[in-house]
Amino acid sequence: MRRPRQPLFLARASYRRRRLRDAARLLPVVGVFLLMLPLLWPQGGAGSAVIFVFVVWALLIGFAAVLAHGLDQPETPSAAGDD
Amino acid sequence: MAGQVLLIEDEANIAEAIRFLLTRDGCQVEVIGDGLTALQRLRGDLPDLVILDLMLPGASGLDILASLRADPRGQGLPVLMLTAKGQERDRDAAERAGVSAFMAKPFANADMRAKVRQLMGQG
Amino acid sequence: MPFDILVLSCFVYVIFLFAIAFFGERRAQLGGMGFLRSPTVYTLSLSIYCTAWTFYGAVGYGARSGIEFMTIYLGPTLVFVGWWWILRKLVRIGRQQRVTSIADLISSRYGKSNGLGVLVTLIAVVAATPYIALQLQSVTLSFAVFSSDQPEGWATPIRASTALWVAGGLAVFTILFGTRRLDAKEQHHGIVIAIAVEAVVKLVALVAVGSFVVWGLAGGPGAVIDRIEAVNLQGWQLQPGRWVGLIALSAAAVICLPRMFQVLVVENVDERHLARASWAFPLYLFAMCLFILPIAMVGLEQMPADTNPDMMVLTLPLAHGQGALAMLAFLGGFSSATSMVIVETVALATMLSNHVIMPLWLHLRPEATRSADLRGGILLARRLSIIGVLGLGLAYYRLSGGSAALAAMGLIAFAGMAQVLPALLGGIFWRGASRVGAILGLLTGFATWGWTLFLPSFGQDAVIPAQVFALGPFGLSWLRPEALFGTAAMDPLIHSIFWSLALNTAAFFAGSILSFPDPVERIQGAAFVNAFDAEAQGGRLGWTHGQAEPEALLNLAQRILGEEALTFFETEARAQGKEGYLPDMTPAFLTELERRLAGSLGAATAHAMISQLFGRATVTVEDLMAVASEAAQIAEYSARLESNQTELTRTARQLREVNEKLTQLSVQKDAFLSQISHELRTPMTSIRAFSEILTEGDLPAPQVADYGRIIHEEAKRLTRLLDDLLDLSVLENGAVQLNLGLAHLGELLDRAAAVASQTRPDRAFRIERDVTTEEIYLRTDADRLVQVFINLISNARKYCEANPGVLRIAIRHRAGRVTVDFIDNGRGIPKEKQALIFEKFARLTDQTKAGGAGLGLAICREIMANLGGTVAYLPGQRGAAFRVTLPLRLERSAA
Repeated sequence: MRRPRQPLFLARASYRRRRLRDAARLLPVVGVFLLMLPLLWPQGGAGSAVIFVFVVWALLIGFAAVLAHGLDQPETPSAAGDD
Repeated sequence: MAGQVLLIEDEANIAEAIRFLLTRDGCQVEVIGDGLTALQRLRGDLPDLVILDLMLPGASGLDILASLRADPRGQGLPVLMLTAKGQERDRDAAERAGVSAFMAKPFANADMRAKVRQLMGQG
Repeated sequence: MPFDILVLSCFVYVIFLFAIAFFGERRAQLGGMGFLRSPTVYTLSLSIYCTAWTFYGAVGYGARSGIEFMTIYLGPTLVFVGWWWILRKLVRIGRQQRVTSIADLISSRYGKSNGLGVLVTLIAVVAATPYIALQLQSVTLSFAVFSSDQPEGWATPIRASTALWVAGGLAVFTILFGTRRLDAKEQHHGIVIAIAVEAVVKLVALVAVGSFVVWGLAGGPGAVIDRIEAVNLQGWQLQPGRWVGLIALSAAAVICLPRMFQVLVVENVDERHLARASWAFPLYLFAMCLFILPIAMVGLEQMPADTNPDMMVLTLPLAHGQGALAMLAFLGGFSSATSMVIVETVALATMLSNHVIMPLWLHLRPEATRSADLRGGILLARRLSIIGVLGLGLAYYRLSGGSAALAAMGLIAFAGMAQVLPALLGGIFWRGASRVGAILGLLTGFATWGWTLFLPSFGQDAVIPAQVFALGPFGLSWLRPEALFGTAAMDPLIHSIFWSLALNTAAFFAGSILSFPDPVERIQGAAFVNAFDAEAQGGRLGWTHGQAEPEALLNLAQRILGEEALTFFETEARAQGKEGYLPDMTPAFLTELERRLAGSLGAATAHAMISQLFGRATVTVEDLMAVASEAAQIAEYSARLESNQTELTRTARQLREVNEKLTQLSVQKDAFLSQISHELRTPMTSIRAFSEILTEGDLPAPQVADYGRIIHEEAKRLTRLLDDLLDLSVLENGAVQLNLGLAHLGELLDRAAAVASQTRPDRAFRIERDVTTEEIYLRTDADRLVQVFINLISNARKYCEANPGVLRIAIRHRAGRVTVDFIDNGRGIPKEKQALIFEKFARLTDQTKAGGAGLGLAICREIMANLGGTVAYLPGQRGAAFRVTLPLRLERSAA
């Protein structure tokens, strides 16, 4: 089933939106990466690991909030579609 | 004037008026108020004259007329058709079905009596 | 803190929750959803992820294994932060397909297979029962902490009865607000708002206790961090396997747990709320976790060595004489437990009734589709399921004796539900996923989980003999429950998660690749995987050649959806350009109808029901191919052409209807003249004949009186006819003078019923009314409205053939409009006549001489138009039914 051809290049606003979605997809991957880091540290006191995890956590929440704000806007018809 | 008249009319007041007029003239009048009962009644002894309203519950006047004319005994029976609509189309249909005479409501009493007398005389 | 005060405040709190839930339902019903629909409430309702296991257990977990407790909250954080991947699609599919539970989603995706629904339901019930028991235990324990001098009093006499009381109360609450009505979409606004409030309570409670501990006992955040750094307890080392495994497990759980699916997908009212929840829910978890380790640290330091760390949230404040704080903590724990149980019960009850009880019932009594009262049946099934689920939880709690083993139950339940994950993710991302694969995967995973984790959790020799643990069943050492294929070096929990999910996924893929899906599966697969692609959602797929009578369908729909069915049919009919309540049976309409029914019954049952009405099997491969090539052809045209096409079809349909109506009208115009002539001549005939007779003047007196009376009667009839004609022409020209004022609907109906009772007074006839609904004050022209009511009631008295005749008057008030339905128990009006009855002289049977001239309904229609409302025939009610709709307050300008 062929869809109507979509333009090859997008206007600035649509372009921004697409990259925002890419960032939203990337965020959990970054999260996983960062949360695995403490496993590679030498075992010792737990304090720094706790602080590190909480900081990563807070950063994830912060970025998610920024991205959610951008992605929450209603889609323009031309930007519809999943890619 | 003596004879048996079968009056098929669903409006009770109109039936009463006709019954009164014809009884006074010496006829025996039998009143039936709906089409289905009338069809059944006509399978029995036939009267000397049938007065038939066009619009009836159960079966219409035209239906009754048609079934009467289909019966060999009833082919010559005089039938007077009454209608309150008074439209040409109804009159045509009734004549095609073999009505003997036709009378529009409202009627003058004298006309009704005259018409009945005339039809009974034929019979 | 006196125990009585605790019980009392607990009681007050429960009443408060009931009030909140009731208020929420009330608001939702009146349509004023406002804040109920806010993303904040949605986010807060997600917090049922944090059960009593979090509230009490996390501190215990933190005390035993340090930082590892955070994995349970990091997994969900990653899933929510990555909402663009999975959650967004799940919520979209959930709304498109009107999914009622996770079992329904799986069953719907894999060809509306009820077998799969049953399987997922079974897994969910097995995994959730101990978890519910755990919640009951936590409430009981927290009561015990207060009631006994020994804070850790495990064995208190009241313990057994506490669990029973709590379970009973929860059953009442859940039945009251979980099965209040049957929605097209399975949403419970009362429950959602109540658990949102509970979410706030538990967060506030935990933060309060945490602040007290950090600043009151430990001497500030810095001191706490130093202590954590210095600690070197057994078990606090980070274990890579468990760290990764538990994060993955909790990530899976937050998607698959029935209660999470319920609030995340089913109760979602707006997809955009997910954007807010994507960061706000992780923030909530963050706040919940912040103080866990400090409380655990300080608790370990200050409390006696034999203190149960699971109860430190309560015992720490109590030990320092902070009764009020402990009280707050208690309410927080109570909230955590109750909100989890309520939602879990609702979710499980929906699954049980939709996938087990209803299909069984319909199987045993196939004729129920056509006859019985389905709504009542479904609601009863729900209620029984709720009692059943809570009963199971309670029984499990009693039988297991509230053992400490329950504490591990949270993770075991997680691992059990996670078995649904491969089928779920495969279903929404991979069109090749098939039913056979899903069934194989689920069975394999469930069996592995049972063998390696669930059964061993009861302890050695409890279910599985110790010998089998050591040597394997029948001496097959590679099947040892905690060392499959010789992997004895793994942590038992991780071992089970690893093997169950690995084998599950392998079976799922193998089954999918080797089997061939049936057509419905392929349609559903395409619709799920391409959820964001509008074309795949087209109603063209599915019911290609419908044969069902629209009225039969409306009947069925009404018995499931109630009032909403009529609205839906009317809207669909209007969208097709038709008037009335019966749209054409287009495939698009049928697909949408099936989805609506699925919202109440689950996809499999709804599909089966419509199939039963259609009396044919579902789609064939040939249909599917035809649909596919048709879809491909349509895609060739531009979107504009397509929309033109629909516009044209609609216009054509409208034209056809107008044309039909015009033809009928011209026939009627003739009929009108001839009718009016007939109606005038008939009374005239009697008057003329009798007046002539009386003029002749030789009659006895009683007969004169008789005939005089007849003339009088007929003259009155003539006058009435002329009045009606005049009335009608005034109304039609809109020249009528309205007499607006406030009127009580009940009184208007009283008046109308009294007048109408003079029509065929000898008749056995009963009017059923619900006076409570009649407490409405209308601003309208009371006399005119009464005229309409009289007409409708008299008509029922005249024409309803049932003996005794029963007329039901039902009133509904919504959004400023009032509808009054008059439904009798007769045979109703045949479909082809329904459009005509409001025309002048359209008395249906000329045979029935009922006095009127056939102007009554025509006048009613004109009156209602003048009153800013309508009167219409309501099909699909078995008897004849008329619906009067009018504005609550008629403004003068409308007149």
